[in-house]
Amino acid sequence: MQLDLISSIVFLPLLGAGLLVVLPRANRDLARAVAFGFSLVVLALAAYLFIVYQRGSCAPLVLPAALTPVSAGPRVLLPSPAVFQCENYAPFFPLLGASWHVGVDGLGLAMVLMTAILTPLAIMISWDIKERLNEYLALLLVMEMAVMGVFVSLDLLMFFIFYELSIVPTFFLINQWGGPNRKAASFRFFLYIMAGSLGLLLSIQMIGALSGTFDLRALLTTWPNNLTLQGQTISAPFGMSLQTVKLIAFGAISLAFALKTPIWPFHTWLPDTQEQAPTAASMLLFKVGAFGFLRLAVPLFPAEAQQWAPVLAILATIGIVLGALSAYGQTSLRRLIAYSTVGHMGFVALGIAAFAAVYNTILTKTPANDLVELTRSVTLATNGAILQMFTHGLTAAAMFLLAGALFRKSGTDDLNRFGGLWGLAPAYGALLVFTGMASLGLPGLSDFVGEFQLVAGTWWIFPFYVAVAMIGLLISGAYILKVIQKILQGPIREEWQGYRLEITRLELVAMAPLVVITVVTGLYPNWIVTAINATVTRLFG
Amino acid sequence: MSWTNANILPWLIPVPPLIAFVVIILGVGRYKTLTHITAIAAIALSWLFSFAEVLAAFGTHDLGTATGGIFGNSFTWLSNGNSAAFGSISMGVAVDPLTSIMLFMVPLACLLIFIYSLGYMNDDPRTTRFFAYLSLFASAMLVLVVADNLLMLFIGWEVMGLCSYLLIGFWYEKESAYKAAIKAFMTTRVADVIFLIGIAYLWASTGTLNFRAVLSDPSVLHMLGTTPAIGGLLGLTAAGVIGICIVIGTIGKSAQFPLHVWLPDAMEGPTPVSAMIHAATMVSAGVYLVIRMYPVLSAGGNPEQGIYSAPMVLMAVVGSFTALFAASIAITQNDIKRVLAYSTISQLGFMIAALGVGAYAAAAFHLITHAFFKALLFLGSGSVIHGMEHGEHTVHAAHAVHQGADAHEIAAEQGTRLEPDAHGDPAEHGTTPAPVFDPQDMRNMGGLWRTMPVTAITFIIGGMSLAGLPIVTAGFWSKDEIFAEAWAAGSHNALGLMVFIVLAFAAFLTAVYTFRQIAMTFLGTPRTEAAQYALHNDGTVKGRRINAQLVAPLIVLAFFAIFAGFVGVNPGFWLLGPALAGWPQISAPFAHWVNQGLIDAPTVLPFNIIPVFVSFLVFGLGAWVGWLAYVRPYHENRVRAGEPDPVEKYIGSDFYRLAASKYYIDQAYNRFLVAPINWLSRVFAPQIVDNGVIDPVLNWIAGAMVVIGNTARAFNTVVIDGVSDGIPEALYGLARSLRSVQNGQIQRYLLYALAAAILIGVNLAPAVIFDPSQARTVIVVMIFIEVVLAGAIVYIAANRAQASHGEGD
Repeated sequence: MQLDLISSIVFLPLLGAGLLVVLPRANRDLARAVAFGFSLVVLALAAYLFIVYQRGSCAPLVLPAALTPVSAGPRVLLPSPAVFQCENYAPFFPLLGASWHVGVDGLGLAMVLMTAILTPLAIMISWDIKERLNEYLALLLVMEMAVMGVFVSLDLLMFFIFYELSIVPTFFLINQWGGPNRKAASFRFFLYIMAGSLGLLLSIQMIGALSGTFDLRALLTTWPNNLTLQGQTISAPFGMSLQTVKLIAFGAISLAFALKTPIWPFHTWLPDTQEQAPTAASMLLFKVGAFGFLRLAVPLFPAEAQQWAPVLAILATIGIVLGALSAYGQTSLRRLIAYSTVGHMGFVALGIAAFAAVYNTILTKTPANDLVELTRSVTLATNGAILQMFTHGLTAAAMFLLAGALFRKSGTDDLNRFGGLWGLAPAYGALLVFTGMASLGLPGLSDFVGEFQLVAGTWWIFPFYVAVAMIGLLISGAYILKVIQKILQGPIREEWQGYRLEITRLELVAMAPLVVITVVTGLYPNWIVTAINATVTRLFG
Repeated sequence: MSWTNANILPWLIPVPPLIAFVVIILGVGRYKTLTHITAIAAIALSWLFSFAEVLAAFGTHDLGTATGGIFGNSFTWLSNGNSAAFGSISMGVAVDPLTSIMLFMVPLACLLIFIYSLGYMNDDPRTTRFFAYLSLFASAMLVLVVADNLLMLFIGWEVMGLCSYLLIGFWYEKESAYKAAIKAFMTTRVADVIFLIGIAYLWASTGTLNFRAVLSDPSVLHMLGTTPAIGGLLGLTAAGVIGICIVIGTIGKSAQFPLHVWLPDAMEGPTPVSAMIHAATMVSAGVYLVIRMYPVLSAGGNPEQGIYSAPMVLMAVVGSFTALFAASIAITQNDIKRVLAYSTISQLGFMIAALGVGAYAAAAFHLITHAFFKALLFLGSGSVIHGMEHGEHTVHAAHAVHQGADAHEIAAEQGTRLEPDAHGDPAEHGTTPAPVFDPQDMRNMGGLWRTMPVTAITFIIGGMSLAGLPIVTAGFWSKDEIFAEAWAAGSHNALGLMVFIVLAFAAFLTAVYTFRQIAMTFLGTPRTEAAQYALHNDGTVKGRRINAQLVAPLIVLAFFAIFAGFVGVNPGFWLLGPALAGWPQISAPFAHWVNQGLIDAPTVLPFNIIPVFVSFLVFGLGAWVGWLAYVRPYHENRVRAGEPDPVEKYIGSDFYRLAASKYYIDQAYNRFLVAPINWLSRVFAPQIVDNGVIDPVLNWIAGAMVVIGNTARAFNTVVIDGVSDGIPEALYGLARSLRSVQNGQIQRYLLYALAAAILIGVNLAPAVIFDPSQARTVIVVMIFIEVVLAGAIVYIAANRAQASHGEGD
């Protein structure tokens, strides 16, 4: 196996983590420099990958003949082989049919970029960690590695291994460096996600056992057509109907991703977790779940996804409305942000539901009299879901950064105890207003773009749910204004006189890239949307 | 004038204030003078660019017609798909006749308000922040005006919402200020999310949001006007639903009933902000939107034949009702700015009702004239408030030094004071009670014409324009135009007649409350000591320099409040019409110019004497009533401070109180909307749904799994025991042995990692060990086992998490 760009992006953080473990514990600055340096190199590589991808200058990969599907069947997925770029392939576990196969499309690229941007910032924001610093930083890097692995894997088994691996560092980060209730929160997080993973693992195994390969690129063509790699029709075990088996597998996979996303009603672990997690871990709770829907669940099970799309749309809508309402009702800033994530991911889920509802129609070329409207709407919605994952990842990270910054200095994140801090901390206040506005979807800032795409794209497919989701959008304004009012406005509370609550220089430096990306994406989203759109268009073109 | 320039120039118009905002926020804001120079220079530059653009536009006589085209330029902003049918979104600028008149009014009004703010906000400690917000505000409005598509308009629209939020809550230490700010933002957001649906629907059905592509394409308009709406909603067409969503957006932004509640409270901001919101930006944007989208709003109807589409009916009803309703409240208000706020709501109602009966040009005309005279009135009221505070300050100081010095001298030494609490120590707000003296209360004023003649004269000019003093004021001509159109509509349709009658009554009330306001503020003799010493540095006090920053904008605006109307005189009007019509070489210049941007430009109405007579009549009646009820009593000093309003005697105190309390709409919202949402968010969603339903259900499922597992164990001891007892015991044994080697908790967590690894291994094993046919069987058995295990894990997890959560608390 040759070390290519993508493999380096995956394994460099691991190298850094290994180095941190052996480095002397006494020299904290060295550890910080190593961790930060590695994450910066990864960021540089990711940026380079973005440029290379945009130019299309990676050499196309020819898969071994054994992995090339024999016949395609009626559901032809890929009009061109160039969906994934910068691929790398090496046999890994031939007995199982697993291989080291990585590559990115517009979806993976956006996620890789987001991860690469956030990790250095998370490391920077952890500058004041003193207890077991090396382990802490190593875990952050392992987390980056695992998440990167999820985003680039084109092999189901590798996907699963990275998926599981990403849970472990999060667990330890919360469990060891979290708030007073960290034990319970981490335990809950771990077990919820593990419970979901079981079904995911079994489904992946079944797909592999039935079709003889774990390779995603091959499976995307064969599995929806019920064909093995060799072109034989798949039959289900025990004389069960294949449809039932596939439906169960789809359900299990969806459950796993729904737990991770999280989609209502599987979200109850999130507020507990994020309230207790250290700031860096909260910033780095990546969009693995939603990614899984777009990467695996819908493309591998188009028919099943279409069948269940209305259910997903209903859950997404409930999540949007109740998530926003719950956020408005919170008094803890971090719980509030966590609930707002439920609402925002509800919008992503709504876009995924639109994708699921239409994808099979277009794949099977089912006639529809509004095909033009349908196609453009679903393209916009899917673009929007991906862009929203990217932008919300950054905005939510910025919110957690600011929440963490306040918590670190004041020792509380109870909104009712603050008030009038704008006078004490004007720069912090400005950043909080800015990030809050980005989060509520102010046009001109990044989150609005994805939100607009999701609303406009989903409208044609699920008009009723979009209309109901608007309540969530309305309330999202209310909770952001509540945060601003409770923290910044009103007379200064006596208890904070003399506190230095202004943002520190380091926090400011960590915020700066997020602010810049938020503004640039808001004013000219096409810098990244062209890449996302090219991928999505190939699905629907 | 080169075409290239005029195509690109609109891009530059919103840029200078935006840059000003950024540099002030990023550091220039530390230096007050530099900030002032930056902000003024930026808005002046915008004004210059706009002026050049307007000249280019006026110089192109067929601008906006099919042959003349428009000035514009655009780029792809958001790609979607790989062909035109996918509806990628472009951002661009466009200047057509409607844009050109907005470009004439908006930067000019902004510039004057900026200049006024220099003087007004000079002493505020946060003056630099004020100018940053104000610059962003102006920039957003200009983006909205030059936008060539609905999405870019929406960007400007929402950024203005943010700016109004920041400016209304500018004195954020005050509870009333931040509450008003939140109210403004949330009320308009109600409308905005519905507006967003309209945008979404328009995009989904046409694949574009570009104005020209939608509004100037008869086939698109026909398609929208004939296609039934998704789901056949209420029998509406697609254009009907889109149009209603857009109109609701305007109802929020332009403060129409029932979403008008935010505008009167927006008075909490500094007075120049009120002028900005009420004239140049915010509320004008709402009316501009419906004027701009008029072809979609009227699609499917034919207003010239008296056939109205659903959005037009909505506009006619809401607009005319609001015009009357707000005017009736305005009569009862005692706060000088609140009267003006309700007057704005009422006047915007005129415009929206006008558009509802197809009076496209008349609505635009009234928008422009109203912007000038309302900006004038607000800046004038700012001067009055300024003067009253000054008077109060003087009185206070005079008492403080025990009449030792001449109050005037003290005032001159100490300079002027700003609005209440403007620069008080923020910490004291929580403890001290609200000041008893209210410098905005007109009952405390009276006789101010003596001390502030310039303010008085310009204010009266603005007031007369608002009331529609015939012939000589701009407000008369634009209002008359609306009456003429409504009267013509009334000949086809009862709705038009209804609009005509209601607006006529509202115009009568307008004259009444304007006379009341002028009488209470400027006439008679001072009713309080503060009013006696009230003065404004407009040159009346010897030895004090005229503050040109405060006075010059008033005079310029007064000029436009009079003369802006003459561009729209109907050519059939006696004497004046023919005299003016000869000059710009076209008939009814304003209406003609604006109408030519529409694909089927409505004809300019022939002159009709009845609506003109009604215009005269309602002003005359209003003036007569105002004279009897207010001017005479106040002039003769028959009303003292604190006495009930003279009109209360005539119309009965019950109705008077009802109107004075704004028909209890705020209270109704609080009880029926805000309170339930609070309950839903605090109790229902997190406590009842999450903790009360979801978690117990998950626990119950997990518990059921355990039961199933236990039952299954009886049948299949070998497999289940192996997994549920054997493996954990082995693991605990391993863990114990690890723990004995080292002390620490890491081992316990390694255990979980190990368990995960083992699970993966165990699950992979059958695929390796067995051949495919057997492997399937094994896998199915394992599915069963692991689902049971997963349930058990969740059950235990939930219980332990709850238990330790309880300990933690």
